[in-house]
Amino acid sequence: MDYVKLINCMRCGMCLPHCPTYKETFLETASPRGRVALVRKFQEGELVESEKFLEYVSLCLDCQACASACPCGVNAGELVAEFRCERKNEKGLSFMEDMVLRKLVPHPDRLEAATAPLRLYQKTGLQKVVRSLGLLKMFPEALGRMEGLLPKLPDAPLRQTISEVTPAVGKEKGTAGFFLGCVMSLIFSEASLATVNLLSALGYKVVTPKDQKCCGAPNMLGHDIEGLKDAARFNTDLFESHDLDFVVTDCGGCGAELKKYGHHLDGEEGATTFSAKVRDISEVLAGEAGALKELLKPLPVKVTYHDPCHIAHCQGIRSQPRTIINLIPGIDFRELPEADACCGSAGTYNIEKPEMSDRVLSRKVLNVQKTGADYLVTSNPGCLLQLKKALSEATPPVKVIHLTELLQMSMDA
Amino acid sequence: MENSFIKALAEIVGAEYTLSDPESLACYGYDSTPELQSRPGVVVLPKSTEEIARVLALCDGSGIRVTPRGSGTNLSGGSISFDAGVVLQTSRMNRILEIDEENLTATVETGVITSALHREVEAKGLFYPPDPGSMNISTMGGNVAENSGGLRGLKYGVTDDYVMGLKTVLANGDILKTGGKVVKDVAGYNLNQLLVSSEGTLGIFSEVTVKLIPKPQTKKTMLVHFPQLEQAALTVSHIIAARIIPATLEFLDRTTIKCVEDYAKVGLPLDVDAVLLIEVDGHPAQVEEDAAGIRDICERHHCSFFQTAASPEEALKLATARRVALSALARVRPTTILEDATVPRSCIAPMVKLIQDTAKKYDLLIGTFGHAGDGNLHPTCLTDERNPDEIKRAHQAFGEIFEATIAMGGTITGEHGVGVAKKKYLPKLVGESGLRVMRGIKGAFDPKGILNPGKIF
Repeated sequence: MDYVKLINCMRCGMCLPHCPTYKETFLETASPRGRVALVRKFQEGELVESEKFLEYVSLCLDCQACASACPCGVNAGELVAEFRCERKNEKGLSFMEDMVLRKLVPHPDRLEAATAPLRLYQKTGLQKVVRSLGLLKMFPEALGRMEGLLPKLPDAPLRQTISEVTPAVGKEKGTAGFFLGCVMSLIFSEASLATVNLLSALGYKVVTPKDQKCCGAPNMLGHDIEGLKDAARFNTDLFESHDLDFVVTDCGGCGAELKKYGHHLDGEEGATTFSAKVRDISEVLAGEAGALKELLKPLPVKVTYHDPCHIAHCQGIRSQPRTIINLIPGIDFRELPEADACCGSAGTYNIEKPEMSDRVLSRKVLNVQKTGADYLVTSNPGCLLQLKKALSEATPPVKVIHLTELLQMSMDA
Repeated sequence: MENSFIKALAEIVGAEYTLSDPESLACYGYDSTPELQSRPGVVVLPKSTEEIARVLALCDGSGIRVTPRGSGTNLSGGSISFDAGVVLQTSRMNRILEIDEENLTATVETGVITSALHREVEAKGLFYPPDPGSMNISTMGGNVAENSGGLRGLKYGVTDDYVMGLKTVLANGDILKTGGKVVKDVAGYNLNQLLVSSEGTLGIFSEVTVKLIPKPQTKKTMLVHFPQLEQAALTVSHIIAARIIPATLEFLDRTTIKCVEDYAKVGLPLDVDAVLLIEVDGHPAQVEEDAAGIRDICERHHCSFFQTAASPEEALKLATARRVALSALARVRPTTILEDATVPRSCIAPMVKLIQDTAKKYDLLIGTFGHAGDGNLHPTCLTDERNPDEIKRAHQAFGEIFEATIAMGGTITGEHGVGVAKKKYLPKLVGESGLRVMRGIKGAFDPKGILNPGKIF
């Protein structure tokens, strides 16, 4: 770890009011400034990797709200993640981590096969029986939480049903590569289908290479940097073998990771070129505002927007989604208080740290309720999973949809 | 720290909020002051006035020293415990207790964040002007203890102009109430004003009542470039002499301009000595008249550029240079020493010149920005804590800068407090009699000397 990055922190405390875990606890050890101090003191030999040390460091959601707030450009979230990667590298992956991160996640076919029983579980009505009998209480806690988050799955993953080339409607403006994203394809395929429709309707030919693999974000979460590099090399080569003007994703997490391939692969030329081509769908749509407006019909609903950390803090995309939503005729857009605060999903954080995740989530739910919106719009599958469940149970319930689903509703209105 | 004592503290504030593991102590060994660090013996986060009182009574009885801390944004080492004592963090006391629209006051618990109070009162069309740079995280208790200022000091004053009442826990756990909601109050010594800027040495605030004023109806923002420093300084003096009091009159020097431009690319020219950001607020007619007057004065002093924001968005854009000044400077080198030398506003030009000459003499990079309107400057030294020679030169340079400040009739700290960082300069400023009176006051409040020992003098 680069020591200068640690001493660049001038301890001004500007990150504190933006850190979800500090806001909940008021503890310096649960703040970005505190975490940088912990890592620095570990490097300086003043602290050891005690149980408490690991507990404090792992409480970080890695939402990177601290990075957006830092006056001197320190990214405390990233520093903590890097530190954990380094430690993991020294210790090696556990059997389970190796199974999941190396043998399951990088293989879309295996991932799809693994989720097939879940589809069956829902289709046969078994899920209803399990839920109504309260059988979930018999599952280990983490498994019970995972089951609870599961929304209705599509009949098949989008990767299997989408054609490799979707032609442009009307005159072709260019060619967009489409990066599917595992969770989007497996669970939120309707939103991704809307994304492809929009690109095509705006005059882009969309190429969706079927061999694409997971972006590697789960490896980063599991602090498996080598697995991440494998994914980065594979996807770079695959997409660079097509003639693409840009590469689009509608998954905030994937977008943030893809844009960092150049960084992860230490500036390897292909990876840097690829990363520079990556766009979140909202960036493309905001650039096509005039043409997009022509496609939209009146949709008089009350909506608010939650900034996914991977979109706002990691990619600096804030105005584009709002601009796009406001293009819809008759829409009643309401700004969400603390819109760019993490929802507590944070990869697998909601499974690993359920107590803190719930506290962070409760704050988000209260803020959504303050807006009086019927729909919460967002654009990251982790947020969708977490917020769909919480807001379907809220009174009154609020529907949670992807940005491109909202646009599809307006086009179909 | 003895286990029995830690246990006794935990019985008062709860085990969850009594921290004594090495990791926590390491994280409470610093505040925002560069270079200074020292681990406390234990940290407590009380939830109520009563809990603070019980903690202090326990410490007073055991002779254990206590350092209060809000969010730890102090810039003079004031919230660091240098003798392994108790750090008492007030953040959990964060309720706004009342906004009284008839008496125009707000009463808050000590740990309320300054900008949270801004939001609440502004939603009611009211205004609490003090806006220190750290307002998004600084606590009201900390603002009172340090008498924090901010960008609006010139027209609206600083924290002590707004403190009307305090609830303070004394060293022995007694509770002292001073002031209240009345505008006129001459019953006995003005203890409110005595407690403001006491830096945690006289008592720990648990509640604060502040004055509110009506929110100004409108404002206008202007950005002006000056090829010559002296002309910028004269402009500041002449604006005030013309009986115009801007809400904000901020200044950036040549080094700061260069750093801002490198970092944010806002289109500042690199060949000017100074940039002023000026904001006037109030009744629309008055604002128009003031803005026209300011433009006239700037032009008479040979400004090379003058722009008035046409919309709130444009105002934000114009203010960017000033807003990012500290960020821009802080990124240049790993260590940032931010000072707050303050002179009468008529001395702005010689002061800035002296800072620049001193930087050259000691081969240092010092950018100066700040509140030109009230003479409160922030010479900011960009250095590297790993370079002891450069750090030594930085201290020598600031020693000379503070001496000059005192000679010009200014002060060694306008808003950051004395703490430990400025302790050695205080005798020169207040003299032996000043120190004697301060020590006498300290003894009357805290006979055993348990409250924030070693700070101020």
